[in-house]
Amino acid sequence: MIDLLHTALAADLPAALAAASPMAEKLRYLIPEIILFTATFAVLVTGLSPSASIRRLSAAISALALIAAGLAALNTPTPPTALLPNLIPFSKVLIAAVGLLLVLLVAGTVDRDFESAIDRGTPFDAIRATRGEFYAFILFSLTGLMLCATADDLIWLFLALELTSLPTYVMVSISTARTRSQEAGIKYFFLGALGAAFFLYGFTLLYGATGTTLLFGNADVPGIAQILAAQLAQNGQLGALALTGLVISMVGVGFKIAAVPMHFYTPDVYEGAASSVSGYLAFVPKAAGIITLILLASTVGWTASAAGGLPEPIRVFLWVVAAMTMTVGNVLALLQSNVKRVLAYSSIAHSGYLLVGIITGPASADAPVSQNGLAASLFYLLCYGFMNLGAFAVLASLERSSRRAPGEEIETFDDLKGLCSTHPLQGWAMILCALSLAGLPPLLGFWGKLYLFTSAIAAGEILLVIVMGLNSAIALYYYLRLAATPFMERASGGAALTYTPSPTRRLAALLSAASVVLLVPFTWWLIRESDRAAEFRPAQPARAALIAPLPASAPPAAP
Amino acid sequence: MSILTLMLLVPIAGAFAIAFAAPARAYAIACISSAVGVILGVLFAFQFEWTTGATPQLGTFIPLLPDFGISIRLGVDSVAAWLIVLTQALQPLCVVGSRTAITERTRTYYAWLTILQSAMLGVFMAHDLIFFYVCFEFTLIPMYVLISLYGSTNRKAAATKFFLYTFTGSIIALAGLVYVASVAAAQSGQWTFALDQLQQTARSLPLREQTWVLLALLAGFAVKVPLFPLHTWLPLAHTEAPTAGSVILAGVLLKLGTYAIFRFVIPFVPAAVVEHADTIAIICIVGILYGGLICWVQRDVKKLVAYSSVAHLGFCMLGMFALNIVGGVGSVLYMINHGLSTGALFFCIGMIYERYHTRSLEELGGLAARMPVWAFFMVFFTMASVGLPGLNGFVSEFMCLLGAFQSGAGRIGAGATHGTLGPWYAAVAGVGMIVAAIYLLFMVGRVVFGPLKEPAGHASHDPHHPNDQHAHHGPLPTDLSTREIAVLAPLALACIILGVYPTPVIRSLEPSVGVAIAPAVELLKNPASPGATSMSGPEVPAATIVAHEGGAQ
Repeated sequence: MIDLLHTALAADLPAALAAASPMAEKLRYLIPEIILFTATFAVLVTGLSPSASIRRLSAAISALALIAAGLAALNTPTPPTALLPNLIPFSKVLIAAVGLLLVLLVAGTVDRDFESAIDRGTPFDAIRATRGEFYAFILFSLTGLMLCATADDLIWLFLALELTSLPTYVMVSISTARTRSQEAGIKYFFLGALGAAFFLYGFTLLYGATGTTLLFGNADVPGIAQILAAQLAQNGQLGALALTGLVISMVGVGFKIAAVPMHFYTPDVYEGAASSVSGYLAFVPKAAGIITLILLASTVGWTASAAGGLPEPIRVFLWVVAAMTMTVGNVLALLQSNVKRVLAYSSIAHSGYLLVGIITGPASADAPVSQNGLAASLFYLLCYGFMNLGAFAVLASLERSSRRAPGEEIETFDDLKGLCSTHPLQGWAMILCALSLAGLPPLLGFWGKLYLFTSAIAAGEILLVIVMGLNSAIALYYYLRLAATPFMERASGGAALTYTPSPTRRLAALLSAASVVLLVPFTWWLIRESDRAAEFRPAQPARAALIAPLPASAPPAAP
Repeated sequence: MSILTLMLLVPIAGAFAIAFAAPARAYAIACISSAVGVILGVLFAFQFEWTTGATPQLGTFIPLLPDFGISIRLGVDSVAAWLIVLTQALQPLCVVGSRTAITERTRTYYAWLTILQSAMLGVFMAHDLIFFYVCFEFTLIPMYVLISLYGSTNRKAAATKFFLYTFTGSIIALAGLVYVASVAAAQSGQWTFALDQLQQTARSLPLREQTWVLLALLAGFAVKVPLFPLHTWLPLAHTEAPTAGSVILAGVLLKLGTYAIFRFVIPFVPAAVVEHADTIAIICIVGILYGGLICWVQRDVKKLVAYSSVAHLGFCMLGMFALNIVGGVGSVLYMINHGLSTGALFFCIGMIYERYHTRSLEELGGLAARMPVWAFFMVFFTMASVGLPGLNGFVSEFMCLLGAFQSGAGRIGAGATHGTLGPWYAAVAGVGMIVAAIYLLFMVGRVVFGPLKEPAGHASHDPHHPNDQHAHHGPLPTDLSTREIAVLAPLALACIILGVYPTPVIRSLEPSVGVAIAPAVELLKNPASPGATSMSGPEVPAATIVAHEGGAQ
């Protein structure tokens, strides 16, 4: 069946389209996105059906579409101009895999009261039903995320980033019926708009510096990468305009990954949204941001400075951001009593770790796998995706049921007390995910950190490794609390915990926790795949005649 | 399957069996698992070629992450072999010793206690640095659970402090190890974490880098030892831990630190070790005296013994950094002896605590009148700990001091070896022995002898007393039960044997110690040779070994 799909989509249809229009040629690279996009409309329709069984199909369609997209991504051709060609299938498969878990996780987030009212006899009202929109938003957002990975143009990249984020603003707002979620949604939206303004401004400066919006071209049709390579070859350094543009866009993208100084929204938004949606926010926009950062960094390449590596100003900028991000995240997490806030700060800290590999960059082609920093970041993103999702899924799969407030979310450490005796599987899932997040051997998170360590040390970033090491030690304190509370403490006398009605959330928690353990024997394979994904072909400098007639070193833009 | 793998796997299997068995069977399965461990330990002792103890034996190799050169690489030399024997021997005693003390959540307790054994054995067997690190770190989880679930009142804080201290240190140590591996990879183009290859690389580093690596490694291992001033977690952890937890902690877990320094610091960065041996020795001596003086003012018996560990391990480290055979052998012997005598003391104190629910010197006194058998063992192990000639503690303590005394070429006549310490170090550290005698004898004098003093409300220690609040202590007789004697007697026997005739152990340790300190000795002999790349082989001149055999007697 897959083969059929593949032939139908990959070979015939797009080839025919490509012949018809040059624009349509790009569709060949977008088969996974097309699958998701098509499914988006399917779930919109099924979600509005008066029949409950058809409405429930929305989740199944989303899951199937993700499986199909993931499989299609394995066989989809990649644009010949891409500097990181293998990154595209790798990230799409990863997005599909984690996306599948996320679909399991968000089941039952919206329409719970509405559906139970219908079960009691209230007539179906299409206006009030949000299930279709909710799944459509998820698929839109995941489509945007995949589009980020394929992006080869600034406009495309901007639209893809926004397509990833815009649905999440609504998802946060409608995730619970409480005003807290709406407040979180508004906050997220305005700060998101600020972030978008930042990177859009950065993009315009990049355009100004290079005269093109194309990210990756070739020597004849130069993209930003080729023009910057020519600038570097000519002057030995980047023009101030291009540098400013890159740094400002990175600050803006920092919003997506919740990096300092754009991290302020994270705890409030994660706390305000339903745990399931918080789990979603902790991965999808972050993956988009990381992929975008990798693409932006790849336009200047990791061979720009004399010592090999990013151009010095960008390296220093990212270095400071990484160090600040992990420290701020971990130190502030220590002060929290709300588990969701702890996980929010922990996700900030993990963004800092992820940046380390981007700073280090891919090693040269003949260097050992273990020195490839970009691969380390990608591998860590994979580890983080599973272990962090597991922690959120445990929270989302349980609720406190008192007569006054049925189905209240659990979110404090008190709620987790005695989880191992009342709900052993969920308790142990939490323990495994927390210890893996802490980087305790032999769980998955440890190998992720070790990879970042080896690559960064090999690249000479010893101080950054020490900062990271100390941060891991600080982080241990709250992860230990997260792991110890379910196991050590007796359940407190409050309202008993029950499972939420969506059994797939439990499944998501168990699958994530299991992957934290069961993927460990396959670490070598995952690392090799990450290494392949991080294969980087430095851009060839554009021929001088093709560079737009702009001064090579324009005076710094006065912002 | 080699015997080493088997020894690692049996406790893991045992722990899983306990976790899924009926709670009533937990103790029995733990007993069986530890008994199998003892049998394997005996088999291992017969398989091991003690005569060629310096070369790693019984190797096993299972690749894990080929791109990083990470694998399960096992091998044992005579130092590791003795520590493995110690681990296997202490385990059943700990299990049996917990019979009456642990009455709730027995499955959890015995499962973690059993799996802890596996992690500790892994550390002693590891010849791959990442596998070593994984095992080293994994010991934290069982110990954390044992302390924070089964400890006394302040257990949570103690467990957390223990975990944080050790984890923080060892992350820095990991960074140091990875740094060495990255240098090796830069040289050979191939990543590996194999012990012998990294050892070669680390030795060839310039002094300045070696010093940084030394600092990073010490940050991890000195916390575990614990070396003054990183010891502050230890008294708390010891005091709060359940009896068997304290025994394992003192008996084996602290030895992970000393063993790691012996295995991964001294042969790794010899130039830095030679350069800074005197500084470290001074820190050890400060620890010896400071620990001793603190013991003097303790009112809690368990805390007193805990602080005495700080002082004792100061001796152990002092011997190691003397960088000669006598000191090194004394140091390794100290690891074993301290495990035996301090472990036994914790058992004794645990037995009192089970009966009286106090460990305060103010509330206990003259217990010899009530419990003569217990009193015998208490005095016996205290003497072993003090270093009474004829018992084990004396041999190792004397050798450590002798090693420090002789270390320092040219400063004193016959018997001097190359080294940077000297008689003064030994003399000052010797004061620590006197202090140790004072506080330990003071403690024994209060608790064992003198007028009988029992905690209020416990005046009639009658198991059939109608108002006895601690019903489950009913089965405990006034004096030690046969089970408790069976726990203490083997330890006492080992103390006597190691005190009277330690020569076989010393003989078997000498070659391994020689290999470990060879690079440092080489540097001391030829201070001009830089970088120490000239270390051709680990062979130590036989003469060196023979010359210092006398130290044992």
